[in-house]
Amino acid sequence: MLRVRDLSISIGTPTESLDIVSSVSFEIERGEILGLVGESGCGKSMTSLAVMGLLEKGGPWVRTGRVQLSGFDVINSQPYQRVEAGHGGIAMIFQEPMSSLNPVMKVGDQIEEAIAVHQRTSGAKQTLKARELLEMVRIPDAAIQLGAYPHQLSGGMRQRVMIAIALACQPQVLIADEPTTALDVTVQAQILSLLRELCDTLGLSILFITHDLGVVAQLVDRVAVMYAGRVVETATVERVFAYPAHPYTEALMSCLPDSGHSKRRLATIPGQAAKPGQVRKGCAFAPRCRYAIETCVDEAPPYATISDTHRALCHFPRGVTP
Amino acid sequence: MNSYAVHRTSAAVTTLAAASVIIFFFIHLIPGDPLYVLLGDVATPDQVDALRTRLGLDQPIVVQYFRWLANVARGDLGTSIFFQTPVLHVIRDGAETSILLASITMIWITLIGIPVGVIAAMRHGSWLDQALSGLAMLFASVPTFWVGLYLILIFAAWLGWFPSSGYPSIFEQGGLANLRYLLLPSLALAAPNAALILRLTRASMLDVAREDYIRTARAKGIRPMRVILRHILRNALLAVVSAFGFTFAALISEAVVTETVFALPGIGQLVVQSILRRDYPVIQGIILLTVVLYLAVNLLVDLSYRLLDPRVELA
Amino acid sequence: MISVTRSFLIPFTRRPIAAVGLGILVCMTAVAILAPILAPYDPSKIEPIVRLLPPNAAHWFGTDQFGRDILSRVIYGAQLALLVGVGVVSFALITGVPAGVLSALYPRFGSIMMRLIDVLMSFPALLLALGLIVILGRGVTNAILAIGVVYLTTTSRITYGLTLRLRTETYVEAANSMGAGAAWTIRKHVLPNLISPLLVQASFVFAFAQLSAASLDFLGLGAPPEIPSWGNMLAEGRIFITRAPWLLFFPGFAIAITALSLNLVGDALRDRLDPRFRGMLNGNRR
Repeated sequence: MLRVRDLSISIGTPTESLDIVSSVSFEIERGEILGLVGESGCGKSMTSLAVMGLLEKGGPWVRTGRVQLSGFDVINSQPYQRVEAGHGGIAMIFQEPMSSLNPVMKVGDQIEEAIAVHQRTSGAKQTLKARELLEMVRIPDAAIQLGAYPHQLSGGMRQRVMIAIALACQPQVLIADEPTTALDVTVQAQILSLLRELCDTLGLSILFITHDLGVVAQLVDRVAVMYAGRVVETATVERVFAYPAHPYTEALMSCLPDSGHSKRRLATIPGQAAKPGQVRKGCAFAPRCRYAIETCVDEAPPYATISDTHRALCHFPRGVTP
Repeated sequence: MNSYAVHRTSAAVTTLAAASVIIFFFIHLIPGDPLYVLLGDVATPDQVDALRTRLGLDQPIVVQYFRWLANVARGDLGTSIFFQTPVLHVIRDGAETSILLASITMIWITLIGIPVGVIAAMRHGSWLDQALSGLAMLFASVPTFWVGLYLILIFAAWLGWFPSSGYPSIFEQGGLANLRYLLLPSLALAAPNAALILRLTRASMLDVAREDYIRTARAKGIRPMRVILRHILRNALLAVVSAFGFTFAALISEAVVTETVFALPGIGQLVVQSILRRDYPVIQGIILLTVVLYLAVNLLVDLSYRLLDPRVELA
Repeated sequence: MISVTRSFLIPFTRRPIAAVGLGILVCMTAVAILAPILAPYDPSKIEPIVRLLPPNAAHWFGTDQFGRDILSRVIYGAQLALLVGVGVVSFALITGVPAGVLSALYPRFGSIMMRLIDVLMSFPALLLALGLIVILGRGVTNAILAIGVVYLTTTSRITYGLTLRLRTETYVEAANSMGAGAAWTIRKHVLPNLISPLLVQASFVFAFAQLSAASLDFLGLGAPPEIPSWGNMLAEGRIFITRAPWLLFFPGFAIAITALSLNLVGDALRDRLDPRFRGMLNGNRR
């Protein structure tokens, strides 16, 4: 479905560049939800923008890599170009529903605009479809809400509208960049269940970006963990939580408050997240890794295959039960 | 919407009322007996007595004010000393020129300022953008009358393409072709204002382009031109429209000088000549009408803003 | 910590064109102050023999219809321009700032004061100035007063807005909760934070004062004809526009370059401001 291979994103000039995302690879199958997890600044948003084709001129750019949607190369093309070429199958929703909708346009019009681009309907049919989409994302009184302006809706409703707009693009893959971070916990749960439902009924694949492991546990099928611009581990969600292979993932898991032992001090990962370009050779996580030895500092780690669904970027992946 | 409209309108009316008090006192603040201020030095005793009774100058000042207000409401703004005709007629004669001049200027400002601002924003950072921004900065600083004088020199005197002064009415011989008399003056007037609108449009477009909803629009696969016009410009115009009130006031001020430079028989030149001729009733009448007009335009801009931006609820 | 002078100069290093503007202003000020020394001729000396000469070796800017040297007149015009600018800005600041600050700190007084300012602002700038000139009579001092009144309105409005913002800053609330009196609050918290925005405002007002004063002079309602002012020179030179275009070029260029430099400097300073304040300093042109 969606294949990302060796994606590297750089800043600077073509002659003097710095990779902020290095050799990222992952794939998402039909109807699957992949969680892209990592701290702020690890490059997950940048990766998603690159996959979507939304990197701005003058900013970070794709140095190398491939992005394939159902076999078609879509790297380095903007959304409108993809639509023209017939490969407009990726849609995206963003973190801030407050500011992600055009404030002077009615909600229904914004959905219809997407319909007009991606589907061959017009006029009254468009309005009908827009209403259906609002109903699909569980917005009450859909017919009336078509005429509402974004500021008249709550945060949760706005995010649903964003999802409706994304669906109007008839995507095979939906990229969700931290869509629930700015919402209340209760609303968050509703949005997550909505996404799961859409995934099941429409066969939609979702690339779900987040730093919240709790959300990961609830929603996703597989996980890709990013650190310092690299994917350091990919595995199913169960394995990531139970048997993390990369020391960073293991440390993340141990940071989660354990509801059983409320008196234990919260664990933290010492040190600060690596900045792009700080690491020249060796493993990026080595300075903070409690298991690091000289090899880790001197040599770049390979991808260790733990099982056919579990890989880690480490010289010595952690205690894994084969 | 209604409460907003009511609120704003009542605010405008109270401001107008307060301004009218100041304008009323204008005559009394001028050195000399108000009677002779209004009639000129060569008034006869009969005229003096007649005016005294008509204005109630023997009454307390408050009564005088309301008397004046009542007169104004009936259209009686006094009598011009110089022309010996009602002030309203004198002003009316000059109105055609000034209104046409202002309208043509506004058209230039809108047609030049906004599109060029959009282009500069679209080509942000390029040499074109820098050149346009530089030119805009230049024209915003240059005095209108200097631009006017040089336009006369180049296009009227040297090239002879346009007349350098005067304005025969379009209702007389020549018809609409007489509008060419207003071409140079309107360009001179438009120059600094178009420059400001250009800079404002450009800045506003650049601000809006950074907003999240523009990224959403792009993600939808909408073509770039539509994103620029339907999403960026549509939101950027909010800031530009609210500047039109200012622009109007600036136009009034600058028109006074421009009409003088081009010898246009409009209200601007009228006010200057009236000052030189000490025709105080006319000066007062013009100031009053200008304030009314300016407040009305501002009110209109405010109310229309509500139409453009659905987020505006109350003042 | 960067010294005040250094931090003042930073925006100019980033934008070379603004530095040029600043340089021009410094030169203008020097010219204005040193006018008696720099001017090659007496600006008022009438010499019919050399009337209407184009720029040449003896008279770099040419001569006018009375044979007066235009370069000297432009130099002395700079003196008047400086005087008018300083006068208007001082008047606007001295009256506008207290009005604005007090209006923000004392809401009851403020609502009346700001309404008054609104009323004054309902008169377009030049008309207000003209009205005042009619009452006061023409002349340089009266022109300064009239234009000053126009710009005290915008200055007080801006100061009002700025002080309101500052008043809601948490550190002011903290100070008040500790019992700080109004005067102390003003001195310690409000005024220091007003300096930068007001400096920007002063630049723009200076620029508009130039244009307004030139307009008044041009109309014959400002400086009397004996005084060499750029506006007067343009008014007098008008009829010779085809015969002697240099009469109009130099004074007009002087006005333009002064206003332009002030605008450039104001822009550069404004970029350095706290973004919250930046938007407030836009509403000057009327």
